[in-house]
Amino acid sequence: MGFFSKIKEAFSKKIYEVFTAKELNDEFFEELEYVLISSDLGAEATSQIIENFKEECYNHKIKKPEDAKELLKQIMVDSIDYEIQEYTYPLILLVAGVNGVGKTTAIGKLARYFKNQGKSVVLAAADTFRAAASEQLQVWADRSDVRLIKHEEGSDAAAVVFDALSSAKAKGTDVILIDTAGRLQNKKNLMNELSKINKVVEKECPDADYRTYIVLDATTGQNAVSQVEAFDEVIDMDGIILNKLDGTAKGGVVFAISAEREMPVIFCGVGEGVDDLIPFNAKDFVDGLFE
Amino acid sequence: MAAFGSLSEKLAHVFSKLKNKGKLSDLEVKQAMREIRIALLEADVNFDVVKKFINTVSEKASGEEILAGLNPTQQVIKIVNEELIALMGGASSKIEIAPKPPTIILMCGLQGSGKTTMCGKLGLMLKKQGKKPLLVACDIYRPAAIKQLQVVGSNAGVPVFEMGQIDPQKIVKEALKEAEKNQNDIVIIDTAGRLQIDEKLMDEIAGLKKAFNPNEILLVVDSMTGQDAVNVAKKFNEVMDVTGVVLTKLDGDTRGGAALSIKAVTGKPIKFCGVGEKLADIEVFYPDRMASRILGMGDVLTIIEKAQNAISEKEALEMQKKFKENRFTLDDYLVSFDKIKSMGDMNQLLQMVPGLSQKVKGDVQVDEKQLDKTKAIILSMTKQERDNPDIISSSRKKRIAAGSGTQVQDINSLLKQYSQMKEMMKRMQNMGKFGFRGGRFPF
Repeated sequence: MGFFSKIKEAFSKKIYEVFTAKELNDEFFEELEYVLISSDLGAEATSQIIENFKEECYNHKIKKPEDAKELLKQIMVDSIDYEIQEYTYPLILLVAGVNGVGKTTAIGKLARYFKNQGKSVVLAAADTFRAAASEQLQVWADRSDVRLIKHEEGSDAAAVVFDALSSAKAKGTDVILIDTAGRLQNKKNLMNELSKINKVVEKECPDADYRTYIVLDATTGQNAVSQVEAFDEVIDMDGIILNKLDGTAKGGVVFAISAEREMPVIFCGVGEGVDDLIPFNAKDFVDGLFE
Repeated sequence: MAAFGSLSEKLAHVFSKLKNKGKLSDLEVKQAMREIRIALLEADVNFDVVKKFINTVSEKASGEEILAGLNPTQQVIKIVNEELIALMGGASSKIEIAPKPPTIILMCGLQGSGKTTMCGKLGLMLKKQGKKPLLVACDIYRPAAIKQLQVVGSNAGVPVFEMGQIDPQKIVKEALKEAEKNQNDIVIIDTAGRLQIDEKLMDEIAGLKKAFNPNEILLVVDSMTGQDAVNVAKKFNEVMDVTGVVLTKLDGDTRGGAALSIKAVTGKPIKFCGVGEKLADIEVFYPDRMASRILGMGDVLTIIEKAQNAISEKEALEMQKKFKENRFTLDDYLVSFDKIKSMGDMNQLLQMVPGLSQKVKGDVQVDEKQLDKTKAIILSMTKQERDNPDIISSSRKKRIAAGSGTQVQDINSLLKQYSQMKEMMKRMQNMGKFGFRGGRFPF
């Protein structure tokens, strides 16, 4: 809960003000729209939520804002709450996303997360593009004392993945974490590379529990919707890692994403420390926005 | 992408409804404004900025100053365009050079905004302008950040100064000595990404400003940033009194709302933008061009500029003459390829072409490797074959394929392309006789 109370500072100050209004009038809903849009929910998701909310208020004959608060919370929770299947092992996690969202950092933290659960972990440095990306990952590997498979800068990313999978199979490793290069979603060649990596995994480990996560930066606005859409089209993403929630950005774009497609948030990055990655909980997330 | 379409597409949609109308009613203006409002919000323009923008535009749109030669629709477009330009800051700005070297440029911004890469891009750009920049590694927190700057620096051919993970104050002090010794006239300081609410780190960077009084303090902002962009820019500006903003990752399909908002809330100009993954992919930020891009008028000016850089007037005339006389050979085809390639990333150029929708742009991806392949094929032909492709028989095709490491199908498709191009040229010549009907908006 600690961090969720942090994000409320910027957001809930205003959402609080909204709910101190005397009645549910146009002014109230306008204010609410302002708060939601300022939190990156986007025009579409905002109007959906407000429409729902108005309807529910009417159905429950609620007239006062203070009585309506729980209702709005529930609507917001429902729109981003998904059931997520438990992991089975061996587990392969592929992490993708645009440049600078914190993929390598997320992998570093995931390594610790699984290590803490007593699992053996190997990292695959498949970001062979960005300068010094594998060195950065090496530091994280050392911090959690896990193995790292890497090749030279500029080498074939799919080959790195192949080696990591072979190594994991030989050693019976539980968790394989694949870091990939940042790529803007409109760069076709790089997206093809990603699909190639994906094919290697599916071919080499058809029976493993294989999940693909897209990392989003909570400061990103509506472009995140297009990011998810494009990556999902190429390799069928299973979920989101929402990074940088320790800033003032609210990550409200996950509502906009959910308005478009089923895409659960799995983890959130809440700081720079090795343990600052926590499983996402929709209720806590929304509670944090309100309290 | 498909979910929302770009801002320019949205506005184009709004305007397509207005198109060809002689007069606009208040209701129509209102409706157009509402759609512009949503489009701007979906483009991540700050809520308050949108509000003000819409107010200004509606006021001007319903005002009476109708210009001669414009219908009310064009008038609305003109106003929206002008206001967008004004919002992003009038004219473009350059790097402030210190009267006495070195000029110190301090980079700051959130994590992952692209500071390190931008340092390399700025370094390369300034080096090309005849300066002697030095990059200084002051990101002492992120693992391998120093290494990254070193790699970026060596790719740009710009020296990098580093002292490991020690106090940035000390690093900069020593770097300035180094710059003096090596006569580096520009010192670019890369710093760690930091949250604007992280007091300790904000104090650290404010300390650098106080101690070294940089000529430029550039705030690096990811162009995909959402509503929070204004909070970030506001706070950094409060603490650092930045001199300008650099927008990164503008080559994505971002709708660039951050660009619209930042100038409005900080009053600081956007100076440069990063437009690709290569180090040469940096451009001076031109608000007017950005506005046309957003409005779907395409960034024609930038294309023309790039073309002018790549092709001399004499070459262009020569080429035109060849088209006219239908003497355009495969050799010329090869030359024109190289020219086009030297204009920069093909896909990026495509983005700037007016009138093409995002859908088309997404589908038509130019594969640069394919261009190389074509080049190899032509280079494997004899002079005679290049001048007169009609003589290329199937045995010649086999030889060319073997020589260029391609397949016979590749040769066939190239020859087909070539003849299509010639046919197109012929038709364009005919069209040219009628000339363009000037003075009309391209929508």
